[in-house]
Amino acid sequence: MAMSYDRAITVFSPDGHLFQVEYAQEAVKKGSTAVGVRGKNVVVLGVEKKTVAKLQDDRTVRKICALDDNVFMAFAGLTADARIVVNRARVECQSHRLTVEDPVTVEYITRFISSIKQRYTQSNGRRPFGISSLIVGFDFDGTPHLYQTDPSGTYHAWKANAIGRSAKTVREFLEKNYKEEHMESDTDTIKLAIRALLEVVQSGGKNIELAIMKRDESMKILVQEEIEEYVTAIVKEKEEAEKQKKKT
Amino acid sequence: MALSSVLQSESADFSFNIDRSFSFGCGFGQTDLGFGAAPGDRLNFAIKASLGPDDKDGPERKIEFLHGTTTLAFKFQHGVIVAVDSRATAGAYIASQTVKKVIEINPYLLGTMAGGAADCSFWERLLARQCRVYELRNKERISVAAASKLLANMVYQYKGMGLSMGTMVCGWDKRGPGLYYVDSEGNRVCGDLFAVGSGSMYAYGVVDSGLRQDLSVEEACELGRRAIYQATYRDAYSGGQVNLYHVHSEGWTRVSQEDVLKLHHQYQEPKK
Repeated sequence: MAMSYDRAITVFSPDGHLFQVEYAQEAVKKGSTAVGVRGKNVVVLGVEKKTVAKLQDDRTVRKICALDDNVFMAFAGLTADARIVVNRARVECQSHRLTVEDPVTVEYITRFISSIKQRYTQSNGRRPFGISSLIVGFDFDGTPHLYQTDPSGTYHAWKANAIGRSAKTVREFLEKNYKEEHMESDTDTIKLAIRALLEVVQSGGKNIELAIMKRDESMKILVQEEIEEYVTAIVKEKEEAEKQKKKT
Repeated sequence: MALSSVLQSESADFSFNIDRSFSFGCGFGQTDLGFGAAPGDRLNFAIKASLGPDDKDGPERKIEFLHGTTTLAFKFQHGVIVAVDSRATAGAYIASQTVKKVIEINPYLLGTMAGGAADCSFWERLLARQCRVYELRNKERISVAAASKLLANMVYQYKGMGLSMGTMVCGWDKRGPGLYYVDSEGNRVCGDLFAVGSGSMYAYGVVDSGLRQDLSVEEACELGRRAIYQATYRDAYSGGQVNLYHVHSEGWTRVSQEDVLKLHHQYQEPKK
């Protein structure tokens, strides 16, 4: 009943922090890593797949979710919280199509998700959502976008970003290796995402789940063989680079 | 036109029963594209109770909505032409010859007026507010489809409560020229040509015979003007002036306002 939940949980501390939100961000840092890269003609999301127990059915653990034909997202943090947010976002995508007769723009749905998250930092009896999300997709006019949201309800656009465990390491790797020219090629964009994930993932391609979306196409989740192909190519390139270094 | 009803003492009876309460119940939650709207965001204008318990005929008896008008709009390659007359009648009495039946929602959207003048102008001004909020929130202009959808959803909540509004929402958006007919029954249809009102049949005749997609702007304006003129010639409830607007990619332009009598001389002279 509403009466007993009339006390806010997220209140300001004396020095201006919202501790609940910051604790939520700590929860996010414990989640498995997710990486997003925005290319010119393709957008890529990669997540670290946690090793599943022997008896567990692999296909039910999906961390990359399609929100509509032109938008999909990955998250880091509490899976149960993410499920709620994803459900609301999916409904909103369809509502938007109904009232405006146009698919959502990536910015709109990001704003929507952020508004929900912010509302939960200012409501009675509710705690903030413990997830950060990476939302990617193409707008109606073909521009690709990558946005990141966090438990406080803020969102920013990125060219490439990472969330979850070791996000800082991955982001530094991306900053060092992101090259504007490479984004023209789909393969290079995908390779960058995989290389970034390989930095922190334990045993190579087996623990990576990757989804891509090319303009005017729907989201495609790469099968294990395709990922292995990219990984082998990357390993080869690395070896070539090492050899060159040794020569010089 | 409903304006005329004010002059008729019978239908100007807006004295409702004292114990009828003004219950404010309209929420914009359903049609609002702004998520998490604060309570202050809501505009409550619903007058829910009927016009009195002893009023068996319903709204029609007290407020006469006269559909004596001719409004038309059609799409062509250079946009949309909107042409309307300007007469308001109360029975056989011509109440006004200078009514503005085109409502300028914003610099690139127009709405026409047929049915209740108050209903049309009120809801279209409300639509203007929603369109502006959409523009600010989404940093781009609202599409004609979305604007007409907002209007249709707004009035649908009052279906059966006596609203009378038959309007055409015309504009130009990223999909090109847009033309939608929206009415208080809940209809919302997209089309290339609409004529609404008592003189609509005469207007249809003229436009149907002259409409081609490759008309120039002047030819299309002349077609619209001629259609309204012919409607005013035969329909007693249409007349006054022909107000002509052209909606193009930069917005709308008021093309002309010409008195029907002047047009009559212009068209009939050459025949003599």
